[in-house]
Amino acid sequence: MLSIKDLSVAFKTRKGEVNAVRGISLDVAKGKTLGIVGESGSGKSVTSYALMRILDAGGEIRTGDVVYGGTDLRAASEKDMRDIRGREISMIFQNPRAALNPIRRVGHQVEDVLIRHAQATRQDAKAKAIAALEAVKINDAAARYDAYPFELSGGMCQRIVIAIALACKPQLLIADEPTTGLDITTQKAVMDLVGDLARERGMGMILITHDLGLASQYCDRIVVMKDGLIVEEGDPQKLFTDPQHAYTRKLVDATPRVGASIRNLLPPEARSAEPAHIVHDRPLLEVRDLLKTYPGKSGPVQAVKSVSFQIKSGQSLGLVGESGSGKSTTSEMVVRLQDPTSGNILFDGQDIAATPSARFMRHPMRGEIQMVFQDATDSLNPRGTAASAIAEPLARIARMRGSKLNTRVAELAELVGLPQPLLSRFPHQLSGGQKARVGIARAIALEPKLLILDEPTAALDVSIQAIVLNLLVDLRAQMGMSYLFVSHDLNVVRLLCDEVLVMKQGEIVDRGPTAAVMDNPSHAYTRSLIEAAPQPPNPVAA
Amino acid sequence: MTASTPDTTRRKGDTTLGHIVYVLRDNPVTMLAFAMLAFFLGCAFFGPALVPYDPLATNAARALEAPSWDHWFGTDNVGRDVFSRVIVATRLDLTISVAAVALSFVIGSTLGSIAGYWGGWLDAVLNRCLDTIMAFPLFVLAMGVVAALGNTVENIIYATAIINIPFYARLVRAEVNIRRHSGFAQAAKLAGNSDLRVLAVHIFPNSLPPMMVQVSLNLGWAILNAAGLSFIGLGVAPPTPEWGIMVAEGANFIVSGEWWLAVFPGLWLMLAVFTFNLLGDGLRDIVDPRKRT
Repeated sequence: MLSIKDLSVAFKTRKGEVNAVRGISLDVAKGKTLGIVGESGSGKSVTSYALMRILDAGGEIRTGDVVYGGTDLRAASEKDMRDIRGREISMIFQNPRAALNPIRRVGHQVEDVLIRHAQATRQDAKAKAIAALEAVKINDAAARYDAYPFELSGGMCQRIVIAIALACKPQLLIADEPTTGLDITTQKAVMDLVGDLARERGMGMILITHDLGLASQYCDRIVVMKDGLIVEEGDPQKLFTDPQHAYTRKLVDATPRVGASIRNLLPPEARSAEPAHIVHDRPLLEVRDLLKTYPGKSGPVQAVKSVSFQIKSGQSLGLVGESGSGKSTTSEMVVRLQDPTSGNILFDGQDIAATPSARFMRHPMRGEIQMVFQDATDSLNPRGTAASAIAEPLARIARMRGSKLNTRVAELAELVGLPQPLLSRFPHQLSGGQKARVGIARAIALEPKLLILDEPTAALDVSIQAIVLNLLVDLRAQMGMSYLFVSHDLNVVRLLCDEVLVMKQGEIVDRGPTAAVMDNPSHAYTRSLIEAAPQPPNPVAA
Repeated sequence: MTASTPDTTRRKGDTTLGHIVYVLRDNPVTMLAFAMLAFFLGCAFFGPALVPYDPLATNAARALEAPSWDHWFGTDNVGRDVFSRVIVATRLDLTISVAAVALSFVIGSTLGSIAGYWGGWLDAVLNRCLDTIMAFPLFVLAMGVVAALGNTVENIIYATAIINIPFYARLVRAEVNIRRHSGFAQAAKLAGNSDLRVLAVHIFPNSLPPMMVQVSLNLGWAILNAAGLSFIGLGVAPPTPEWGIMVAEGANFIVSGEWWLAVFPGLWLMLAVFTFNLLGDGLRDIVDPRKRT
C-alpha cells in the first residue's frame, strides 16, 4: 500500500547539513502494522514527517520515492497532500495535550476534520463526531463532546487525538510514540484500542517507538533504525531471539525484561560481576503516618494518605505507582522539598519533618539526603556549566573552595563516567545520558546516605538507561547508599530494588520483597500493573 | 526527535568574547546596530571635545544659515552651530535614557522576581500597584512627575523610570513564575541554597534574554520620552543642547523655510531610537547560553 524507496532527508542547520535519513526503503501492506524502532536521533520520526511532507523548515527530501496506493507523494501538489493527510493517511503524535487545541471543545475539533474532508455537513457533524468518540471507547461521548482538553486525563486526550485521526477512516495510520508519557495501564488500553481499530477497519499502521518491547507486542514486522539507516528488518519474535545486527542485539539486551539481571542489559563485553550491596538491619529512614492534603477547588485533596514505611541502611526501596498516586509527593516530602500536613520522617532517629522545608537548607542533615530528578534537562540550570552544577552542593554545604573544589568535581565526573572536557559545557551541549550523569554526580557529591531517584531514566533511550542503571548499582555498592527509587516501570524496579511499595491514590496497596510482589502479586492493582507492562519475548542467547 | 548529539570538540564560542564575536558575525543587522551604537557612544564620550564650534556660542551675524561647508547642519536663530549642538546633545540624551532604563530594570526586576517567586498576597498587592501606574496615560504621568518635582535632569530620569517599571516587573514576574518549580530550582535548594539565593542566582538570570529585548526597545523609547518632555517644555531647560528642545525650537522655523533646525536633531533622535531597537535581538543572543553551540 505504501512503498518507500531509497528515501534520504537532509536538514540545513547552522553547523552545515545534517543527513537525518540516509536512503531507507520500506513497505507497509494493507492491514499490517509496521514498527519503526530506534533511539533518539535515529531518523524514525523524520521518515514519517517526510512521507506526510510536513518536514520542519530547512528539511528537504533529497532522493527516493514515496508511493502511496499508486500516488507519488513526492510529486503530489500541496493541495492534493492536504486531501491525503487525514483522509488517506493520518497521524497521531507523541504529546496528546499538545496536539489538541487547548481552547476548543474536543467535539468541535473532531468536527473540523470531518467537515474539512467532506465527511460530514454542518447538520450531521455533531452526531458523526459523537460516533467517532464512541468508536474510541470514550464513555458518555455525548457529554465529553463539550469538554476542553484540560478537563481530560492524558489517556483520554490521546483517545480524542486517535478519534480525530481516524474520523475520516484513513487507510494508513502513523502513530509516533503514541504512548510516551502515559501511564502503563493507559498505554496498554490505548495500544489495544488502536490495534483493535486497525484490525476492524483493515487499516495499515506504522508504529514509531523507542520501546522494542512495545513494538514486538503490536507489530507484524519491525524495522530497526540507527543514524538514518535501517540496520535490521524482520519478524518481531525473530528479532528478539536471533538479532543479526550488533545494534539490534544491543537494543534487545538493553530492554528490561523478566529473567534478566541488571548486568544483562549491557552488551556482553561490558558485563562484569554485579557488585553486592550490604543491607544493615538498622533503619535509616522511618516514615510514620505521612499525610499531605492540598486545598482544592472542591474541598481539600488528600495526595498522600497516612503512609508509613522504612528503609534500612543500605537498602533500595522501590516506590511504584501511576501518575496521581502520590509517589512524587511522598518522595518530595522525604527529600524535604515539601512539608507534610502531618506525620514524622525519622532519619537516623531524628525527626527531620520538624524543620520546615524552607529552612531545611541549613539543617545538618541536608547533605545526607539528596535527589536525582526525573528530567535531567530540566534539573540543570541552562546558564550553568556541568562543572558548576556538580560544584554547587560542595560549595554551598561542604564549603569547599578553589582547587580542592575543582579536584573533587573532577573526581565525581570520573566516578559517574563523565569525560573531563565535558565539564565546561552547558546543558544544551550535552546529550541526555551525559546530563543524567551530571545530575547523578551532583546528587552524590556530598556522599549522602539516602539518595532519592525520581524516575531517573524515564527520559533516556534504553541503551543509555541500561548504562545509567548499572552506574547506580555500582555507586550503591561503592558508597553504601540507600535508594528510594520512584518509578512507574516495574521492569526497572525489579532490577534495582530489594523491596517495593505499590501506591495507588495516595495509599500503599502492596508491599514486600521485590521478587515476592512481582511474581506473586497479592493485590489486584499490582497484578494489573504487571500485566500492562509490555513483555518482550525473552532472547534465547542472552 | 531530530536531536543531534553535540560534537566533542571545543569551539571558539566557548569564551564570552568569542561568543559576542560569533553573534555579531552571524547577523549583519546586529553588526550594524552595534556599529551605530559605537558611533553614538563615541559621540557621547568624545563629541564635546571634537565638535568644531562651542554649542552655546551665539553669532548673530550668521544666524539661520542653511547647511554649508562651514556649518554642516546650518545655524539656528541666534547663530549657534546645529551640528555641534546635535553631537553634544548625544551625551545628555543617552545619559537620561540609560540611567532611566537601568533604574527601571533594577527596580522592576526586583519587584517582579519577588512577586513571581513567592506569589500570594505579595504578588496581588504588587500587581495592583503596577496596574495603577499602567492605568495612567504614561506620558501624562511622566509630565505630572516632572511638573511636581521640578525641571531637572534627575527628575526626568525618575519620571521615565517610574513609567517603565511595570513593564519590567510584569515580564520578570512571568519568567520567574514559570521557573520557580523547575527541576534546577529544586536541585539548587537541595544543594543548600536559600530561597533568596535560588531566586537571585539560579532563576532570575534565566529571564535575561527576553529582558534584553525589552531593554533595547525601552532605551529608544526613553530617549523619545525625554525628548518629548523637553519638547513641551517640561524637561531640560534651554539653552542646553538636547534633541527634544532643538526640535521644539526648530519647529517654529519650518514654516518660514529654515527646515534644518528641526530636521537634523530629529534625524539624530530617529537614528538613536532605530539603533536601540535593532540592538534587541543581538543583546538577547549574547545573554542566551543556548546560542552557544
